Amino acid sequence: MAKITSRIEIQKTYKVFIGGQFPRTESGRYYPLNDKKGNVIANICLCSRKDFRNAEVAARGAQGGWAARSAFNRGQILYRIAEMLEGRKEQFVAELIAQGSSTAAARQEVERSIDRMVYYSGWCDKFQQVYSAVNPVASSHFNFSVPEPTGVVAIIADENTSLLGLVTAIAPVIAGGNTCVVLASETRPLCAVTFAEVLNTSDLPAGVVNILTGSSAELHAHFSNHMDVNAVLYYRNDKAEIKAIQENASLNVKRVFIYNKTDVNSEKAQSPYFIMDVQEIKTTWHPVENIGAAKAGY
Amino acid sequence: MATKEPKLNFNAAWELAPAPEDTKHISIKKQYELFINGEFVKPNSKKYFATYNPATEEKIADIAEADDKDVDKAVKAARAAFGKWSRLSGAERGKYIYRIARLMQERAREFAVIETMDGGKPIRESRDIDVPLAANHFFYYAGWADKLEYAFPNRNPKPLGVAGQIIPWNFPLLMAAWKIAPALAAGNTVVLKPAETTSLTALKLAELIRDSGLPAGVVNIVTGAGKTGSAIVNHPDINKIAFTGSTDVGKLIQRSIAGTGKKLTLELGGKAANIIFEDAPLDQAVEGIINGIFFNQGHVCCAGSRLFVQENVADIVIRKLKDRMETLRVGDPMDKNTDIGAINSREQLSKINEYIKIGKNEGAELYQSSCTVPKKGYFCKPTIFLNASQSHRIVQEEIFGPVLAVQTFRTIEEVIEKANNIPYGLSAGVWTDKGSKIFNLTSKLRAGVIWANTYNKFDPTSPFGGYKESGFGREGGLHGLAAYLDL
Repeated sequence: MAKITSRIEIQKTYKVFIGGQFPRTESGRYYPLNDKKGNVIANICLCSRKDFRNAEVAARGAQGGWAARSAFNRGQILYRIAEMLEGRKEQFVAELIAQGSSTAAARQEVERSIDRMVYYSGWCDKFQQVYSAVNPVASSHFNFSVPEPTGVVAIIADENTSLLGLVTAIAPVIAGGNTCVVLASETRPLCAVTFAEVLNTSDLPAGVVNILTGSSAELHAHFSNHMDVNAVLYYRNDKAEIKAIQENASLNVKRVFIYNKTDVNSEKAQSPYFIMDVQEIKTTWHPVENIGAAKAGY
Repeated sequence: MATKEPKLNFNAAWELAPAPEDTKHISIKKQYELFINGEFVKPNSKKYFATYNPATEEKIADIAEADDKDVDKAVKAARAAFGKWSRLSGAERGKYIYRIARLMQERAREFAVIETMDGGKPIRESRDIDVPLAANHFFYYAGWADKLEYAFPNRNPKPLGVAGQIIPWNFPLLMAAWKIAPALAAGNTVVLKPAETTSLTALKLAELIRDSGLPAGVVNIVTGAGKTGSAIVNHPDINKIAFTGSTDVGKLIQRSIAGTGKKLTLELGGKAANIIFEDAPLDQAVEGIINGIFFNQGHVCCAGSRLFVQENVADIVIRKLKDRMETLRVGDPMDKNTDIGAINSREQLSKINEYIKIGKNEGAELYQSSCTVPKKGYFCKPTIFLNASQSHRIVQEEIFGPVLAVQTFRTIEEVIEKANNIPYGLSAGVWTDKGSKIFNLTSKLRAGVIWANTYNKFDPTSPFGGYKESGFGREGGLHGLAAYLDL
């Protein structure tokens, strides 16, 4: 029996993040999260296929508007996310410790997450220049190629980190104008929900990021066979799930990226190439008038 | 109402005399073997299949059919060649590729004639487009071989290994060039399978590659149909699959390599919107419509097969389009005046005819040019369907023939919605004299290649490839290198 104290602490209800709101899973299911001693520290939503489908609808609805934001504005919003993360640092550290991290490791994970968000904030209006091209075609045309967002990206994030894996997965996707539905770590889900609160106070439009909690074993099939998802990113190492995702992706030619060899703690887990994985190259042609020359410009 | 309009009769004034391209200087063997490890070898299967001239239905040659063992032999040759080839300096690799480009330029006419014989496309197109573009493609990528580190900042690009490449029958030599040139420049070795109805120019390319002195096993060309293709896709020692063809087969390939770690690029089907605004230069737009759908008999994945005309200019555009269709010369592909040649195969012709039936049954209004077509061979009159609607199968599905579905629209929002409301996203066309409108459209159309006030243009430096179910990865340009490199 716990002792009677002068003040009862208010415990947090961990819900999911869909379309800028914090509903419970529509399934009504949950799974308990225990601390090291076996005490229940939270009841976590065990999301269902229906939750995923709702989140996908929110992501699709938000995609056009997010892609149409200026690259500069997207950069500002990602920077704002970093600011909000910094302000809530102690809360994330406490959650990581509750989920089994040492104090030092917790602090390092939060700091890396903030820095990674700033890193991608800067890329928002720069990667296009690095990866675009004006193509010197032989005919009398102006021809250029630019990256454009792939669309709605379904992400199964790293299992072994609570915050850093999530940031590593989400930041390059939204930096490039995509929207996403993310499945957080099943065994370390606390920071995901708190991170959603950060997103919700960072001027990020509703639906750009949607965060679910639950089991990859149950959800990976739905993430990969949905016909209105354009790409799937997978940060875990289950061979059967990888195969199933790649098979399901063929239903509508989804782009699949398996980042099972990416250590999210490493510097190598951040680069503009992660942005480019969920970009499409669009090439545009236009005739150049050729006055005085014999050939037509068409 | 359309029938009452005065109709231009272009053939009344003059008749063009036949102008056939000379075919006497062409050497074609009676039987072709598999090109494995630098030499032509008989197939383990002991089987051969015939290739026909679709314009005459006459047999041209017998082609070896590669079975699993033949494919395995080709992959082993490619694997054995990979180490040395990938360690060769980029500059030396590039020199081999330059040599291939030059040899192809020298033998260009022979390639053009055989391409037209075997595939049915007008000699004008194979001579002026397919073959020069193929040679230029080798020339372009040859120069990349020693400059790869400049293409991808902060990366040290490495070749992938053995690339299995499967190509379609609509641009047989050009597609072989699109596949082989970047793969070699990046330091990979190749097993390539041409389509079974158009193997000849790939096999002539094999002869050329042998003559070029390219090390044995770096390029292997195996012929056959779907079974040969699936032997390549499922071979365990292949690192990368590159496929150009139908979306259905592309999906099968994506599914069958799941879990294997093979890299994949897909260039699949399309159903491009070609959008004509009221303020477009209409005569030029009509040329663009014609080029968009009738180029290469419409056997083009990026064909402008859905025409959207703004309502207030629809009558005049359609009248001009019908008039222009009357001037198209359909017939002997070997004739230098021919605009539309033979449909590639009997199967493809019956598929096109099936879609024409479907279009009529769905209630769209059929219009065909009044031209006559040769009795022998596989031919299809230039065909348009007026009053098609978004739900029609002739609007939603790729026909891969000279059949255009015409719809009208009122507002910009409407046409963007309709153009994008399809699983494909390979290409699109926009015609307007207003620059801001062009950029509005080009940024909102979900397709990999947008032609504004032009159509069906290709260049080795220009990346080509699709969004959505039209596939992923790019061919051509700097971006085309990424498909063959581990970054």
